Amino acid sequence: MSRNSLGGGLRTWRNKLINPVLDKEFRLRMRTPRSMWSLFFYLLVIGGLAFAFIYVTTVLTNRGSSVFDPGQSRMMFYFISAVQLGLIAFMAPGLTAGVISGEREKQTLSLLLTTQQSSTTIVLSKLASSLSFMLLLVTATMPVYSVVFLYGGISPRQMLLVFLFFIFLMVTLGSLGILFSTLFKRTMVSVIVTYGTTLFIFGGTGFIYLLVNQVLQELNRGSATYNPASYGWVGHIAAWNPVAALLSIFDTSITKQVFHLNSGQAHFDLWKEFILIYSVVSIVAIVLSIRYIRPVYKRSKHRQ
Amino acid sequence: MMQTSSGANVDVPIDQEPDRPMIEIRGLTKTFGTFQALKGIDLIIPKGCVFGFVGPNGAGKSTTMSILATLAVPTAGTAKVDGYDVTTHPKEVRKRIGYMPDFFGVYDQFKTTEYLHFYGASYGIPKAERDELIPQLLELVNLSDKKDAYVDTLSRGMKQRLCLARCLVHDPELLILDEPASGLDPRARIEMREILKELKSMGKTIIISSHILPELAEMVDEIGVIEHGQLVAQGNIADIQSRLRVNRVLYIRLLGMLEEAERFLRDQPHIGRLMRDESGIHVHYEGQDEEQAGLIKSLVENGFRVVSFSEAQTNLEDVFLEITKGGDGAQ
Repeated sequence: MSRNSLGGGLRTWRNKLINPVLDKEFRLRMRTPRSMWSLFFYLLVIGGLAFAFIYVTTVLTNRGSSVFDPGQSRMMFYFISAVQLGLIAFMAPGLTAGVISGEREKQTLSLLLTTQQSSTTIVLSKLASSLSFMLLLVTATMPVYSVVFLYGGISPRQMLLVFLFFIFLMVTLGSLGILFSTLFKRTMVSVIVTYGTTLFIFGGTGFIYLLVNQVLQELNRGSATYNPASYGWVGHIAAWNPVAALLSIFDTSITKQVFHLNSGQAHFDLWKEFILIYSVVSIVAIVLSIRYIRPVYKRSKHRQ
Repeated sequence: MMQTSSGANVDVPIDQEPDRPMIEIRGLTKTFGTFQALKGIDLIIPKGCVFGFVGPNGAGKSTTMSILATLAVPTAGTAKVDGYDVTTHPKEVRKRIGYMPDFFGVYDQFKTTEYLHFYGASYGIPKAERDELIPQLLELVNLSDKKDAYVDTLSRGMKQRLCLARCLVHDPELLILDEPASGLDPRARIEMREILKELKSMGKTIIISSHILPELAEMVDEIGVIEHGQLVAQGNIADIQSRLRVNRVLYIRLLGMLEEAERFLRDQPHIGRLMRDESGIHVHYEGQDEEQAGLIKSLVENGFRVVSFSEAQTNLEDVFLEITKGGDGAQ
């Protein structure tokens, strides 16, 4: 294959993978100082907390022996992952909740919508661009994670699973952000609704799980026929919660606990059920965004 | 959709008659909640025509243009661009139009060439073609010296011209320009007008709404006057002016006795509004030529010293004001 045809082939593939909207989003996002500051503060927070954790565990817990106990590296991994989860919950809505409404407010959306770019291309490119930036943030934290590997204690599979889980969570929160950004004309409203939904996913679902669990236990207290396993379905509520899903990756026994299983196997790990549920949520959000970004012609026979 | 003799519905989306109009609007209605922005507009604009869309703010100009640009859904009626219905074939319509809204934003972090490259690519124009086309477009809109400038450094007039270049990037047959000269200083307006003349000479069909329509009178082939969501007049300017001649404005210059003359005129038939200034009286006259001659005669016979008696030239602005006064149409 000649050099020219190779170059041409690469260009063709580049054109297929990077459409004009995605190209525009990449360029413009990295030309604003906000991106640099976002990355800076993200790393500052996660790095600062990681080193604070090491400080606390070496100086305070080990009573000044200044030796980091390798047995604690697992805890550190959990801790960094939990911080990362919180940061994703904070960043993902902020990065996506204004991508469509922001263009509408800047009065550039109508121009974009009169081009030949399909609604699907516009929505997916916006999502992909936001996710790419979030991926950059998460990838940039790798050196912090590498501290954990210095001491061992974490399997590569677990590490990979946690990262894939983070990416999936970003897709989910990003899809919801884009949906609200499409449905609401004002970015402020979209941001508030997206953060509200995120708060519900993180806190509300957990609260409902605990509440239902508690109520059932209270109702059946003292009952001769009470068997916790028969209320295993309550575990499905926990499957809506990302914190519970992440914990089930850290510790597989979590799934059994939430399903009240004393022995035997749960049908699904909690995180697998989480992925199943939110895959549907994300797909619905993306489809609705695609449908509503342009005016909906009710009489249309040929959707374009 | 049409029905065959057997009664089956057959989709006939495209009117492919060779002499089909560029824009064909029939019974176009648009409702926002309880507010009716368009009330059954009918409008046909042939290919190559430069059409001036006139009307006060909120009359329905921008709504009509948004529907044509596939950005709004009509509540009832049809709108076709080059035979393609905007509701059933929006993608085909988008290929054929260059739309410039009344208010628009730009991507400030782009350079002007990058801005045009982005829109060119969005219309599927290959890079090699864009490399050749974009300098030509920048030259057309007099922005060649700003090719490496960031968009946020451009003046408002320059941004308007850049947006016009963006409209042209895919060589559309129809340009929908909503108030393209609004907010521009006189010099920028003149530049915009020259560019539009150039586009007219290129054979583009242009539908333009503008405050500077009187200035564009020599390049507009037809005007449509819209008020309260209804098209109250349509045709070429000369036709509309001649139709409005029944409402001519006379200026009678007199030597003294202005108050008496005003009282006298008020009692005469066919007299509308009167406006007196230091040396004469403006008379909105609704009579015909015979009656007008009689009016002069009676003024002189009644001892008024008439210095001159002239008919004010109605320009496009007067036509617009005349048609839209009090919401009365002059169809």
